[in-house]
Amino acid sequence: MTLSDIIFYLFAGSIVTFSVLTVTSRRILRSAVYLLFVLVSTAGIYFMLNYNFLAAVQLTVYAGGIIVLIIFSILLTSHVSEKAVVAPVKQQIFSALAVVAGATLTLLTIFKFAFKPSASPAMVSDVQNVGRELVSYGRDGYALPFEVVSILLLAAMVGAIVLAKKEKNLKAEETQTKNNTENSSKS
Amino acid sequence: MIDNIPLNAFLVISTLMFFIGIYGFLTRRNLITMLMSIELILNSVNINFVVFNRFLYPNQLQGHFFGLIVIAVAASEAAVGIAIIINIYRNFKSIDVENLDQMKF
Repeated sequence: MTLSDIIFYLFAGSIVTFSVLTVTSRRILRSAVYLLFVLVSTAGIYFMLNYNFLAAVQLTVYAGGIIVLIIFSILLTSHVSEKAVVAPVKQQIFSALAVVAGATLTLLTIFKFAFKPSASPAMVSDVQNVGRELVSYGRDGYALPFEVVSILLLAAMVGAIVLAKKEKNLKAEETQTKNNTENSSKS
Repeated sequence: MIDNIPLNAFLVISTLMFFIGIYGFLTRRNLITMLMSIELILNSVNINFVVFNRFLYPNQLQGHFFGLIVIAVAASEAAVGIAIIINIYRNFKSIDVENLDQMKF
């Protein structure tokens, strides 16, 4: 067993343990931090697969951006020491049974199927190759998905701002119209 | 770097992560923790894409780019989802799914 094997199994173990802790921890803030550990270990696995750019994106966007967003929203909506409400035991048991059955089925299928690893030379996924493919519109180009994702991100940004904006004026108007109708009905 | 590790090992990790995410989605009662379970599920699918690309089609980068795009979609989904959750909290003072029956009819 070489050193890289040991590192891989360390990453694998930490992914599985921290995923379990993420969905079972009663404290919401703690489960957010466990999710951070899961995402960082996933970035480590991408590094081991030699996809450095993807691992960097995973670290910055997931571990840096989404986790911070989630922690901020937890702090906005609940107390730090607040314990999460859990489902009734019966429902927990039945979902655990369903999940175990699904996982067993999938794992059996995976181990039955003979994957044939390709022997063709690997394409180097350095930033130069990634950038060239991402904006080229030839046969191996990804210019269209790139543009579609940029539009999606713009739409999501505008949507999030509009959704989370306070609607002070609207509520004031509503109460005013309510009062007006009450007054008119009284008179 | 990964010569000794079989493809199945990666698939086992991502399968376990996916079903743990589904378990969390089914049993959690808080909107933010449900969103975190969805992030787990998306992340496990991402591992699958990347690993299949690396082992079965190493001469192109399709799974790599699919992973990148999934990360972008996950980020926008988290942003919009958290905006909705904060709006719900403002209106109902709670984000437990048990209390959110206003849209039921």
